Amino acid sequence: MIPKCIITSFTIFASSFVVAGDDVQFNRDIRPILSDKCYKCHGPDKGSREAKLRLDRREDALAAIVPGKPDESELFLRVIDPDPDERMPPKKAHKTVTPTEVEHLRQWIADGATYAGHWAFEPVQKPEVPKTGEWAKNAIDHFIEERLKQENFEPSPAADNRTLLRRVTLDLTGLPATPEEQTAFQQNPDIATKIDELMKSPRYGEHMAWSWLDAARYADSDGYESDPLRNMWPWRDWVVEAFNRHMPYDQFVIEQLAGDQLEDPTVRQILATGFNRNHRMNNEGGIDPAEWLIEYVADRAETTATVFMGLTWQCARCHDHKYDPISAKDYYQLFSFFHQLPERGSANAKTAVPLLDVSALPHLEEFAEVSTKLEPLKAELAAFRKDEAFEPGFAAWLETLAKDEKARKKMGGEYAKLEVAKWSDKLKGTARTLFLNSHFEHAKSTRAKMVPLEKRDRELKASGAKVMVMGDMETPRQTHILLRGAFDAPGEPVSSGTPNWLPPMDESLPRNRLGLAKWLVNPDHPLTARVAVNRIWARFFGTGLVKTAEDFGSQGELPSHPELLDYLASWFIENDWDIQALQKLILTSATYQQNSSVTSVHLDRDPENRLLARGPRYRWSAPVIRDQALAASGLFVEKLGGRPVKPYQPPGLWKEVIKGSPVYKADTGENLYRRSIYSLWRRAVKPPMMTLLDSNLRDTCAVDLKRTNTPLQALLLLNDVTFVEHARGLASRMISETDKTDEARINHGMMLLLGRAPTSQELEILKNELTSQRDYFKKHSDAIAEFLAVGEAKPDEKLDPIELAATTSVARVLLNLDETLTKE
Amino acid sequence: MLTNRRDFLSRSSLGLGTAALHSLMPEASIANSIQKIAPKAKRVIYLFQSGGPSHLDLYDYKPHLKNREGENLPDSVRGGQRLTGFTKNQKSLPVAPTRYQFEQCGESGSWVNTELLPHIGSVADDICFIPSTYTEAINHDPARTFLQTGAQLAGRPSMGSWVSYGLGSEAKNLPAFMAMTSIGNCKRVPQPVSGRLWESGFLPSQYQGVKLQSVGDPVLYVSNPPGISRDSQRSSLDALGQLNQLKSAEMGDPEIESRIRQYEMAFRMQTSVPELVDISDEPESTFKLYGDDAKQRGTFAANCLVARRMAERGVRFIQLYHVGWDHHQNVPRDLPLMSKDVDQASAGLLLDLKQRGLLDDTLIIWGGEFGRTTFSQGTKPTKEKYGRDHHGRVFTVWMAGGGIKPGTWGKSDDYGYSVAENGVHVHDLQATILHLLGIDHTALTYRFQGRDFRLTDVHGKVVNGVLA
Repeated sequence: MIPKCIITSFTIFASSFVVAGDDVQFNRDIRPILSDKCYKCHGPDKGSREAKLRLDRREDALAAIVPGKPDESELFLRVIDPDPDERMPPKKAHKTVTPTEVEHLRQWIADGATYAGHWAFEPVQKPEVPKTGEWAKNAIDHFIEERLKQENFEPSPAADNRTLLRRVTLDLTGLPATPEEQTAFQQNPDIATKIDELMKSPRYGEHMAWSWLDAARYADSDGYESDPLRNMWPWRDWVVEAFNRHMPYDQFVIEQLAGDQLEDPTVRQILATGFNRNHRMNNEGGIDPAEWLIEYVADRAETTATVFMGLTWQCARCHDHKYDPISAKDYYQLFSFFHQLPERGSANAKTAVPLLDVSALPHLEEFAEVSTKLEPLKAELAAFRKDEAFEPGFAAWLETLAKDEKARKKMGGEYAKLEVAKWSDKLKGTARTLFLNSHFEHAKSTRAKMVPLEKRDRELKASGAKVMVMGDMETPRQTHILLRGAFDAPGEPVSSGTPNWLPPMDESLPRNRLGLAKWLVNPDHPLTARVAVNRIWARFFGTGLVKTAEDFGSQGELPSHPELLDYLASWFIENDWDIQALQKLILTSATYQQNSSVTSVHLDRDPENRLLARGPRYRWSAPVIRDQALAASGLFVEKLGGRPVKPYQPPGLWKEVIKGSPVYKADTGENLYRRSIYSLWRRAVKPPMMTLLDSNLRDTCAVDLKRTNTPLQALLLLNDVTFVEHARGLASRMISETDKTDEARINHGMMLLLGRAPTSQELEILKNELTSQRDYFKKHSDAIAEFLAVGEAKPDEKLDPIELAATTSVARVLLNLDETLTKE
Repeated sequence: MLTNRRDFLSRSSLGLGTAALHSLMPEASIANSIQKIAPKAKRVIYLFQSGGPSHLDLYDYKPHLKNREGENLPDSVRGGQRLTGFTKNQKSLPVAPTRYQFEQCGESGSWVNTELLPHIGSVADDICFIPSTYTEAINHDPARTFLQTGAQLAGRPSMGSWVSYGLGSEAKNLPAFMAMTSIGNCKRVPQPVSGRLWESGFLPSQYQGVKLQSVGDPVLYVSNPPGISRDSQRSSLDALGQLNQLKSAEMGDPEIESRIRQYEMAFRMQTSVPELVDISDEPESTFKLYGDDAKQRGTFAANCLVARRMAERGVRFIQLYHVGWDHHQNVPRDLPLMSKDVDQASAGLLLDLKQRGLLDDTLIIWGGEFGRTTFSQGTKPTKEKYGRDHHGRVFTVWMAGGGIKPGTWGKSDDYGYSVAENGVHVHDLQATILHLLGIDHTALTYRFQGRDFRLTDVHGKVVNGVLA
């Protein structure tokens, strides 16, 4: 049975979202009831509509509602019908209308049953900033405090400086503040300057990129069957770079959706469109390519809708959406934008056109320059074939070769095997090219210019990869509505377009992806800025102002602070979509800087911290947990970008799932100590460290993050080679960077990880543990070598092995502390 | 597990998320709300035969096809149904009758290929064969994903995740949902299975299947680091626990108490998992039942034995995959090898559970993601060498144990090509499995992206014909 306390606290919490007062508001109080409990059969989808009754539009709903008269309204009467067989919603729906909801419906009908547009589809209106007290540091705080006052809550005191620095540093770079940074900040606690400094670090872009890779379902393999590896990592580096270059959000959107369609696009801008090629690809034998092509296009349309508009587009693939006004036609009009690639349904990393050759990102400009210089030279060289001296020269060269067997043998291959007289026409053709490149006098100066360029071009190509990007065919492909979503059941033809219940696409915009992208970032678009701001907010508070970051539709949750959301959305647009400025606004707010301790009042009335009467407190994400340990260990290799690396992974994982699979062989040397964002992500066998710590799976687009607390996480953090080796690195520093007393060691370990000294109680516990581990290793000398041999890094030989082993045990405890794992 | 408590309260269609209060091993569950039917089975052992075993060569006996050997499959039988890319351009579709001997087994008289599956034949009276199972998918990955998650495309929770979300665990020191894989001894390189098949999709990750490894640690990271004894680990955990208690007193966040409990559970798993897989205490009679393969870690037989040990310890959903049934080119070469891998151990598991009184409340499921075509892949089949393409329009799955009525349910047509009677769709199978666990498949839902999702999507009917 249900523990009573849960119901009670839930009810209080749910009602706490209703501001005191008697007014019933359609969007806040009524739409959620109608949407969740009625629309499935009485909503926008005509295919599943029952009794011809539609409740999502007032003019239709009046068939069952008499405004002002609940007792004459069929809708109300059916909801309260005492006969369970007559009562709505029907039993099979497994939904009930609560007494509070019944009361809201009654009140609403009595008040005239007015409808309002769904809040998220209404224009963003910049609200007045409420005037509250002294606590506020910026506009955010006024909105938060006003709401807290309504709920009779007080904000929490500010976090102390060292907690704040740790929070901000990990939030912006995913790495802990060093003891030196802590000391400097205590002396000059200027948070605004510190934020600017952190945002200039290359580590900032790496950290920001992670959640974008989740949204963009980035991975290093194709995702089906034998799950071959692919080369999308230059796109990943593009994302890191975009954050590090502080690219505004509107440009970020446009380049990723349609960089290739910009005027004279740079290689970078085309590379950006790899965003929509990150979906999985199937090359299993026997598949129907036409079927899978549709899946890829669908993935692009659905990902685009979720990431940029917070809409559950996929629901309209087979039928009109049951809750939101997305029709099947809307679905396929968006689909059509992404349906224009010259691609095949069955392809692999080498054949999935369009492909773009890129060098490693730092050399992209040079790579483009080399290509630009090579182009005219190539043309010049080709023109020499038409030179009147060319054919005679070639014939003469052949004659020389016929006599000079040595020279012919040197040419290798078929040339070496056959006498010149026996060469086929084809062989002669390639020989012509050879002659042109190396022996034709007239071309020699051109070739001389080309050779170093070609060499550089090859080097640069080798530093990069062939990346899948977007690029449309010249003749558009006709899109059809697919009946029930089936690839082989085309219905009415549709063309690329946007839904009519959102602001129209400007006539001047092209009807292609570029037009779509510009339509999205038009300031009139009600969703783009709200959705982006919400996601940025969630990054720092753990939950968005709209909790359902992936669903701003009628089944999504209402914003906890609607005015604040709209304020931030308009602020974002006014400030030219400046992501860093928005982040700085959030981080410098008093709201963000509160202490995160939890009182019983918080737990009773707002356990999820939606009202923000305290600072954020929740477990760090998977990459932060690993990277933090790495940084504290002193093993961290700070290197930006490049091919995926293979850190430690338990043996046999790949092989066990895929026979004939390449064996996962961990890298050696510095690749073991790169940040998690560079770890290879194979979809069929995901890195277990990441998935155990709730990382998104990267099969499909994900814009929220779940957080669980499981024993498997404890096993990982206690026993995995990564954490044991990093603990040893930390222990080495605890010993060698101090005067070697137990107290100094423990103190230093805490500083390195948490930026603070231990309390006397903590110190006592840790000293005891150090002593007991020292005793253990003294008694078990054979265990020392085994324990110190974990991982590839060599233990510091200058250190006493017993001391190193015992201190490593203590460092393991530090790495597992709740405080280490938690944003506080 | 308080982080997600509210999440559940708002996401669960039932408005109660008790399961969410618990972590990997929920002691309670939302069972009271979704288990409206008396459960017949407490746990499931799913022996997934990955690759698509040939129903025509193992269970679905069509003796008269001998007379049609080499004849083109009549268009009326095929009914214009689509073929995979392997055979769609093939000039003819010659009927390839099975080359194996079938016998009627036990009192039920169910037909089984006793040449290859003598042991399964010997327990036929405990089995309900469903030769009328059908699916919509024609390629491996989507077909497996369909059976395991109710949808062909990735992203939804595995059946085991749904069940552990719904019912929680009976096991005190083991996860509710565990998975094992084994690789078949066929000559053709087996199709892989993706780790995604036991992932929890949009359900929180504590409901993902915990994979039992066949090399290294049986559960990832379950062993202490080299050189660290249990006492040394205990000492570290004590220090950690004390420090976290101080933190809990300072910060008041219940998540800290939860973390302390998870670390203690982890410590207990460090004993319970090795004990689970340590088969040295099994008497010789066990290996007579399962076969000597069961002594070798990572084989299908060993996994069956471990499955029984999991069942004894209260693991709720035990998912095995044996890969290698994809016999496009050469059924007579590979089918005997695969059958040998699984025959004795499948029957042994059934008998073992029976003699321990566990079969009554354990549901065993045996089957692949689809069957194989009546016609040969390749236009010139011989008795010695014929292959079969993927075929989802009809195939055989069998079930035994808790709540199952032995016998045969449903029929395929004369060619073993389509359903003739009482077709059982994948969603029906899933609805039935949940029903046997006492779960109404329409009530077990989870709110994701605005929609209440179920294992059976918006379909599925409980197959009453297989119920005892």
